[in-house]
Amino acid sequence: MQAIGQAIKQEYVELTMSKKLKAVIIGPGNIGTDLLMKMQRSEWIEPVWMVGIDPESEGLKRAAEMGIKTCATGVDGLLPHVIEDDIRVAFDATSAYVHAENSRKLNELGVIMIDLTPAAIGPFCVPPVNLTDHAKNLEMNVNMVTCGGQATIPMVAAVSRVQPVEYGEIVATVSSRSVGPGTRQNIDEFTRTTSGAVEQIGGAKRGKAIIVINPAEPPLMMRDTIHCLTESEPDQAAITESVHAMVKEVQKYVPGYTLVNGPVFDGNKVSCFMQVEGLGDFLPKYAGNLDIMTAAGLRTAEMFAEEAANGTITLPARG
Amino acid sequence: MNLNGKKVTLHDMSLRDGMHAKRHQISLDEMVNVATAMDDAGMPLIEVTHGDGLGGASLNYGFPAHTDEEYLGAVVPKMKNAKISALLLPGIGTLDHLKMAKDLGVSTIRVATHCTEADVSEQHIGMAAKMELDTVGFLMMAHMVSPEKILEQAKLMVSYGANCIYATDSAGYMLPDEVTAKIGLLRAELPSNVEVGFHGHHNMGMAIANSLAAIDAGASRIDGSVAGLGAGAGNTPLEVFCAVLDRMGVDTGIDLYKIMDVAEDLVVPMMDQPIRVDRDALTLGYAGVYSSFLLFAQRAQKKYGIPARDILLELGRRGTVGGQEDMIEDLALTMAKEKGLI
Repeated sequence: MQAIGQAIKQEYVELTMSKKLKAVIIGPGNIGTDLLMKMQRSEWIEPVWMVGIDPESEGLKRAAEMGIKTCATGVDGLLPHVIEDDIRVAFDATSAYVHAENSRKLNELGVIMIDLTPAAIGPFCVPPVNLTDHAKNLEMNVNMVTCGGQATIPMVAAVSRVQPVEYGEIVATVSSRSVGPGTRQNIDEFTRTTSGAVEQIGGAKRGKAIIVINPAEPPLMMRDTIHCLTESEPDQAAITESVHAMVKEVQKYVPGYTLVNGPVFDGNKVSCFMQVEGLGDFLPKYAGNLDIMTAAGLRTAEMFAEEAANGTITLPARG
Repeated sequence: MNLNGKKVTLHDMSLRDGMHAKRHQISLDEMVNVATAMDDAGMPLIEVTHGDGLGGASLNYGFPAHTDEEYLGAVVPKMKNAKISALLLPGIGTLDHLKMAKDLGVSTIRVATHCTEADVSEQHIGMAAKMELDTVGFLMMAHMVSPEKILEQAKLMVSYGANCIYATDSAGYMLPDEVTAKIGLLRAELPSNVEVGFHGHHNMGMAIANSLAAIDAGASRIDGSVAGLGAGAGNTPLEVFCAVLDRMGVDTGIDLYKIMDVAEDLVVPMMDQPIRVDRDALTLGYAGVYSSFLLFAQRAQKKYGIPARDILLELGRRGTVGGQEDMIEDLALTMAKEKGLI
């Protein structure tokens, strides 16, 4: 009976559903709200729920005003609505501490989890580098690394796809106003997670990440420096072309991603100097570090939706 | 000024801040020889790490001649009385580095943040205190904010477990009155069992005067470096400071003639360039720029033809903070483009 019911329901869903996948955002803070604003413009993702833990939270009120269903009792309060509202994608913008449980509960119901926390229980995703692979494999939990990782790993990959990179080092400088208490309490997590992803996704044999917080007023735009040491003499023309092509890829979802200087070649050292200006949806434009996270998270979900619409992947069956 | 009868702990920086001036290339023998001679002279506390602290080895700040493990492993076992400290900047170094330093026998961990960002130090100060290390909160570029802001940030570090707080004049910008105001407020408002310290740079020629002002205002730990070997125009030259303190009746426990000899016979010969208030170092102090930017700006001048002074002034105008060494080449490239040099 259940199987028949499921088949009927599946067919019904396929007939009536638009190509958009319905989504929940967990965490109504600055990141969650910015994500919601970006999502409202998306052709592929439709925001339906915003989940928080404080009924008085400004973020939940804002979401409600924007016509989104809200829930102030955490993910548990959302669970009964997941199937009836056909929620297919969740964005977790809470903290690493609660992410694992959020993900387990929602994955059980067939919801794909886009992890914007530093929990990193699923594979890292940096859209222009490896999103296609994740989407084709229907990974049920992908992690968006860190803001510094999103801003710099594409550049490491742009060099390592030309020739082997022995060492990749990134320096992310962000405005003090754009660094929340969670990141501050566990700044080691930033350096550890980012350096790991410089290796795993960027393709450097060894990776290092440094973060500098600057309190200048008016706040400075996010700046990133990427240094790579190539194993052999760098092919300057090929690397320059690859870097410019990669910048264009990132600009598809973060238009303010700019190569300010470089690539500069000094022996086997290749350096790129970037600036990341955000779109200024909810987060201010200087917070390019946060904007690139929400934009990359949304881009990731959109790719899953596109693959599902093309029939390249089949979303988990429900019953 | 009457400092007669005060007791002060001097803390040598020549083997850590001096790493900046040496492009992080001090040899293991030099480290051991200088540290041993300082120990013999009665220096109570000596800092040993990469110039940018544990984990500072990088393209951005410079790869050192040896790892932090190698330096600490070589120096610590040779000390008879002196204790060894290590610096750690959250965002560069991690808890793993901290544990490594503790395992190698470091007595003191100094956790350094920009003077407004103390809350990134919670996990590192917390762990160092838990391991019962002498745990210092080190507020850098302290000239950039008010005494009240420094106090607010100091209280955070104390709440995480720091037993000593430094107001750090990383740019060598401060004049004595400012030191008096900042150290004085810290001393007045922090619990009496929390020590207060001062770290100066000589970029405006004020390191000795500022350090005296700090002691007068209640600081009980003062950083300096033998022969002044440090970033910019160097730190408070310790042999000079010892002589001054001796004349003023301050007890440091250091043998003046021995420390003079360490400076003259061991440290000065190590210098790759004179450590003095040249025009670029003076610009650091004048414009309030992080002292270790000096050699980077001079290298950028050589490479791109933009005067180091112009680069440093612009870095000051932009409010750059410690650790932003990557901005120097970036800025020099932009300035060179604007001038049509590249």
